[in-house]
Amino acid sequence: MNRPQAKLTAGIDWPIFGMYLALVFIGFMAIFAAEYRDGDNVIQNLLSQNKNWARQVLWFGVSMVLALGIWLTDSKFFTATANLLYAFGILLLLVVLAIGTGVKGSNSWLELGGFRFQPAEFTKLCTNLALAKYLSSMETDFTKMRSRLIAAAMVLFPFGLIILQDETGLALVYFCFFLVMFREGLPGILLVIAFSAIILVLSALLVDKFILLYIFTGVAALVIYFMRREIRRKRSRLAMIIGVWAFCAAFVMVIVPFAFTSGKVLKDYQVRRIEVMLGKENDPKATYNTRQSMIAIGSGGFWGKGYLKGTQTRLDFVPEQSTDFIFCTVGEDFGFFGSILFLGLYVALLFRIIFIAERQRSTFSRVYAYGVASIIFFHLAINISMTIGLAPVIGIPLPLVSYGGSSLMTFTMLIFIMLRLDADRQMVLR
Amino acid sequence: MSVFNQPRKRVIQLIFLGMVALIVSRLFFLQVVETKYSKLADANAHLRKVIYPSRGIIYDRKGRSVMRNEALYDLMVTPRNVKNIDTAYLCEVLSITREEFIKRIANARMKEGPVRPSVFASLLTPETYGKLQESMYMFQPGFELVLRPVRSYTYGAGAHILGYISEISPSMLADSSGRFSAYQQGDYIGRTGLENTYESILMGQRGIQYLVKDNLNRPQGPLENGEFDTAAVAGKNLRLALDIDLQVLGEAMMKGKVGSIVAIDPQTGGILAMVSGPTFDPNLLSGSFRSQNYNKLYLDTTKPFFNRAVQAAYPPGSTFKPITGLVALDEGVVTPDFGFPCSGGYGLCGRYIRCTHHNPGHAANMRTAMANSCNSYFMHLYRLSVDSKKWGGVVNGQAKWTSYLNLMGLGRRLGIDIPGEVRGVVPDTARMNYVYRGSWNSCSEVYVGMGQGQLILTPLQMANAMCIIANRGYYYIPHFVQSIDNDNSALLNKYKQKVSVAEHISDEAFSSVILGMEDVVTKGTARGAQIEGVEVCGKTGTAENKARIDGKVVQLKDHSLFVGFAPRDNPKIAIAVIVENAGFGSTYAVPIASILMEKYLTDTISAKRMPIVQKMMETTTMSKEMQAKSKIDSLNNMFITSTERDVLLRKILSK
Repeated sequence: MNRPQAKLTAGIDWPIFGMYLALVFIGFMAIFAAEYRDGDNVIQNLLSQNKNWARQVLWFGVSMVLALGIWLTDSKFFTATANLLYAFGILLLLVVLAIGTGVKGSNSWLELGGFRFQPAEFTKLCTNLALAKYLSSMETDFTKMRSRLIAAAMVLFPFGLIILQDETGLALVYFCFFLVMFREGLPGILLVIAFSAIILVLSALLVDKFILLYIFTGVAALVIYFMRREIRRKRSRLAMIIGVWAFCAAFVMVIVPFAFTSGKVLKDYQVRRIEVMLGKENDPKATYNTRQSMIAIGSGGFWGKGYLKGTQTRLDFVPEQSTDFIFCTVGEDFGFFGSILFLGLYVALLFRIIFIAERQRSTFSRVYAYGVASIIFFHLAINISMTIGLAPVIGIPLPLVSYGGSSLMTFTMLIFIMLRLDADRQMVLR
Repeated sequence: MSVFNQPRKRVIQLIFLGMVALIVSRLFFLQVVETKYSKLADANAHLRKVIYPSRGIIYDRKGRSVMRNEALYDLMVTPRNVKNIDTAYLCEVLSITREEFIKRIANARMKEGPVRPSVFASLLTPETYGKLQESMYMFQPGFELVLRPVRSYTYGAGAHILGYISEISPSMLADSSGRFSAYQQGDYIGRTGLENTYESILMGQRGIQYLVKDNLNRPQGPLENGEFDTAAVAGKNLRLALDIDLQVLGEAMMKGKVGSIVAIDPQTGGILAMVSGPTFDPNLLSGSFRSQNYNKLYLDTTKPFFNRAVQAAYPPGSTFKPITGLVALDEGVVTPDFGFPCSGGYGLCGRYIRCTHHNPGHAANMRTAMANSCNSYFMHLYRLSVDSKKWGGVVNGQAKWTSYLNLMGLGRRLGIDIPGEVRGVVPDTARMNYVYRGSWNSCSEVYVGMGQGQLILTPLQMANAMCIIANRGYYYIPHFVQSIDNDNSALLNKYKQKVSVAEHISDEAFSSVILGMEDVVTKGTARGAQIEGVEVCGKTGTAENKARIDGKVVQLKDHSLFVGFAPRDNPKIAIAVIVENAGFGSTYAVPIASILMEKYLTDTISAKRMPIVQKMMETTTMSKEMQAKSKIDSLNNMFITSTERDVLLRKILSK
């Protein structure tokens, strides 16, 4: 503890703090725009807490208290309790599986005296801390397969539990930790493989499976032809190529059709959402959300309709408009211009976090900061892609902007722990 | 350590930027390139609402409103907002059962969905409305009272004249000629009477209001503060020639009778009264029980929807004799001094047709023949007219004769301003050829000279013929509407043009016919038509009528007819009255016509004639079978407005 007692804000990274406040403020304005109707009594709404924007003010207050608490905590506390918190998070996920309350088809909520709380949000924080702790420990050699598997298991365990709660969207976010692991030495080929896998899934859904089979066979034949010398030297190469071919063929011919038709792997509505995104489904009911959301954003034009002037959001055409579809308000009221500025703010935040990460002396702090950036990035990418029809409808919030106490508090804690660690970056934490 | 990982940091930054670039390019496409989304957003959010103007009011000749707009209320329900209400009490007020309540809520939910209001009970009676209004606070916000303007007939009279409005039918909407293109499903349109003819005047001009609506189609307020709205223009008012006193009095006297009254002001062609008995209270077709009442009236044995004044055609009988005389005079085949030696019958056509008189000299000239209503004289005049050497043969003669009658508005539609008018029948050459298979002469239909045979006319045509005689040779197309408030259109021009018909007839010739008609009133069959201090001209008729019942032609009881006008000089009213199957003309038709003329000309009914009015109002002439099955009287007594009619009637009778 070498910070001067006199100054509370000593060591705080002002750009991050400023961007944090800016995003929360934009979020509040967007939620307000989505809900406010001419003639509403703002003061009364605020006092009676009967509007989302009014509650968001309260959540912001709570978040600030949490942030202050974190800021006053010793950095060592986080390294010391990382594993404990992880265990606690896993326990919560198990509890929620047993006694969770249902909200819109998923059982991921815990009710505590009138307040609802989503542990899956909180465990992101725990997992991030635990992963940082593991990767920074002396015993871990991340070039070894064993360490990599353990790290992957730490991420995939909560992922599995959340999948069981039917929160596919929240679960998908856990893949962001692989980005962190990539930074910490996971082979680059894995990224290539992951990217190829996404391409494979999409093409399996979009292109006829027999045509794909011909293409795969053709590509395999070409590869074998061009690598014939190498294959002559090393027979195992041939086995590998045939293995990849066989996997792709099986994936396209068997796995994808099974996953999409049996109802055992993907739920009916999930299949439909994916088909909507791919433009294969035209049922107006199934496409309603995406359609209205795209109308809202598209009708904003270049300059937007002006604050509180958006008809799509103000007249309730867009569903879930203060939570998952909050970006519609930005897109409709402020247009392309406003959207670019809004995204620019996020990019600036992400880059600043990476900058902070890279200036850390402790691996723990660096891994943790990368984790924060990755989590925010995944949320941002999936959420906005969903509102503009690039991704299927996956219910995850836009960080710091969407209405929701669990989400706002989690992101606040994520960022302020990072700020605390950064303020103490001269210390070596393990 | 971080130094070694710089490239990986770059890769991660690139991934971030790549994703954001993908999103930005998609946004660029959505927001800048593609323009359809703003249209889609407008289509989502804008609601075009038609504003209905109030319909025009209809006034009688003295400026009394005979048809106006009354405010009734619908009880609307928004199913989602129905919470914690005293269902039992609401059911009691509306006098419906609990099951019915549940059924209506379910219906509303099905029709308009749970969040939009739909009709729960339509056009509440004033009592129900009164009770509900007091306790409305108990049922809000689920239930609301909504104003619904309804046509109200002040005196419950003139059903056939005024007509009614009802919802436009799907077949009209499907009409490809574009006549109804301005209407939408659920709009009201004039179906009969003046409501139909003057629909475009009465309906006014609809306004359009643009509203902003939300995802459940609920209006949220005006678009751009009403910048694109057009205001509704109220319908124009009609001012009629109708005298509501005469109409109410006529309807009262036609009660229990089948037939009709048409009274016209000869100097303008404006119709003073038009009664078709039995009639109905037009309020039955406006308001809460429209469809039930419509069915009852439609099925009633007395056929109350049938406007006998313009849609029924009768043999005119002796009332036609003045016309026969006029035609003969105008053709120049006789002079007013022409006499016929009738001695109780007409034998020049190979068969003997009886006349009511046999004393010599009863047909010494036109005037006496008219006064005595000599059958032989007028049959002979008809023969002289069609056999005249001028025409060179009976075929041309008959054609000429027909064209005379057509000129007078007989055997063709006059063009009155209510729909449904029929032609009547005047035997032209085609009809004669058809009936007599090509071989006929002036004797074949000699009866038409005395108003029988192949000749049937509508009461309107008979009254109009009286106008021609009263005016001494011209008429105006009979019409109801005298003027339209704030209207410069040419719509009424045709009713302001004098139609001349008998230009060759000297005033002397007219006088002989008219004086003969006056004699009928002073000393002939229509003595009952005398009015103190007024010179009344008239002609009674007792028309034989036959009907085919079960394949056999049966002679039914004669129709009682009277036509006339008054005063003789400077005539103010021409009238035709027909009471079906009531016997002699003098028994019913004469007193009814006379009372109406007296009322119109002197604005009062003399005390000594009051008993006649009472008698007319109380006597029933319709057949017992028809009366037994008819529910028309009980239907007509359903309305409160009928008391307003009674007040007016009492006022008329008390004078």
